[in-house]
Amino acid sequence: MPNRQPRKYDEYFKRLGSQFVGSIQFAGGVFGLGLDCMRELVRPPFYVYLTIEQMFLIGVRSFLLVAVTALATGSVMALQFGYGLQKFGGQLYVPKLLALAFVREMGPVFTSLLVAARIGSGITAEVGSMNVTQQIDAIRALGTNPIKRIVIPRLLATVITLPILTVMANFIGIFGGMLVTVKELGQTPDFFFQKAVEALRVSDFFMGFLKPVVFAIFIALTACYRGMRTSGGTKGVGDSTTWVVVTTNIFIMVSDFFLTKLFILVHPYQ
Amino acid sequence: MSGETILSMQGIHKSFGPKKVHQGVSFDLHDGEILALFGGSGTGKSVILRSLIGLEKPDAGIIMFEGRDIAQLGEDDLIDVRKKIGYVFQNGALFDSMTVEDNLAYPLIEHTDLTNEKIHARIAEMLDLIGLKGSEKLLPASLSGGMQKRVGAARAIILEPKIILYDEPTAGLDPFNTHRLLELMKLIQRTGKKNGAIFVTHDIPSAFQVADRVAILYNGKIHAIDTTENIKASKDPFVQAFIAGEETRGL
Repeated sequence: MPNRQPRKYDEYFKRLGSQFVGSIQFAGGVFGLGLDCMRELVRPPFYVYLTIEQMFLIGVRSFLLVAVTALATGSVMALQFGYGLQKFGGQLYVPKLLALAFVREMGPVFTSLLVAARIGSGITAEVGSMNVTQQIDAIRALGTNPIKRIVIPRLLATVITLPILTVMANFIGIFGGMLVTVKELGQTPDFFFQKAVEALRVSDFFMGFLKPVVFAIFIALTACYRGMRTSGGTKGVGDSTTWVVVTTNIFIMVSDFFLTKLFILVHPYQ
Repeated sequence: MSGETILSMQGIHKSFGPKKVHQGVSFDLHDGEILALFGGSGTGKSVILRSLIGLEKPDAGIIMFEGRDIAQLGEDDLIDVRKKIGYVFQNGALFDSMTVEDNLAYPLIEHTDLTNEKIHARIAEMLDLIGLKGSEKLLPASLSGGMQKRVGAARAIILEPKIILYDEPTAGLDPFNTHRLLELMKLIQRTGKKNGAIFVTHDIPSAFQVADRVAILYNGKIHAIDTTENIKASKDPFVQAFIAGEETRGL
């Protein structure tokens, strides 16, 4: 039987297949790491000081970035809504729209994207460098557990700080929107806040708080998982860092849709 | 050396994908000896050391230490083994965000109930031993390669392990630092409560200076293992070619 000539798309399908297998392995690996973290979380020793240190690095040091972005976003949204709705006479709805958009979507998603870029890349680069320089091996060789020392403090710190940063971003973004609304559209601060508060329900805050928790778990686990499997020296660290930023960003955007859909199913909008 | 066997590796097989690295590696480590392990690049010398503390799991074979098979132990049980077997990494593998002092304190904080004063005293003692007194507050990045390896060695022995594994400790060092490190190895062996050491290296002259026995890894197995003198005097053409640094293929 004559040998089949390699077809043009053979290599493409081969690569696609290996990427699919890689994705499944990655999903399984991150899930497995999550289970390991849950098991180790309740067993001593507890590295509380490492978690506090990471909370400072992740939370406090991300605050300025998040604050500036939220202020600018809130201001731009107020301008766009204000002038966009002017022709329909809908300027009075700007406070409500801004508050709802920020608390439900803009705050959680923007903050998570910023943290994924800043912290996800930072964790991957740090853990990846530790791996290629055998520091992770050294942690194990010295009779300690890298999941407890490396992963859990970063996971807890991200899960605790990202929702807090999101709440701060919501306030700052809405405040920025208010400044623009007062200055550009001539509304009073009292009116703005009355309408903003009127628009929001407890379930909006709940959704705005739940999303960053889900995103935080994914960002921290993905960054640690990929970092601990980094090889190939400095190039490998760079590749892993880029990969984590891209993957976490895609996850945040896609899962945001499904989380929102799920939430609407559970709590239908009036 | 003819002390009793304190560690025994028998019939170890290990593959990475299609590459068969070990195909029945067997040797014993005797009480009080330094065993040098030679072999070409990529023959799996470091994999042997990693297997001995459970950083790699062999596909088959047993590694007996204190009546337990290390190859079968889970991560929790390996903690006890790792307290008793010190590992000196090729490049020190110091935690680069910690000072020298914190690197040395790490095993003591994790595995002992020593007070801060006693930890500081022990660190001072170790720094004195490795000739780096006064470098407590330095970060690893500000140390030379030789200094990092010495701190790595100090960290590995600070819990007084029974066995020390040295992974190419002299690689990349100048003759002066190589000599210092070999002297340190001999000093550790003489002064501590250590029972044995395995020294993986390409540096044959250095190994002959400190080792009691030598093992040569070839084709996934231990090709020869004997006292340093007997290896030097071996009539085996492969052994002779290997220690002379000549071509060994086809022998």
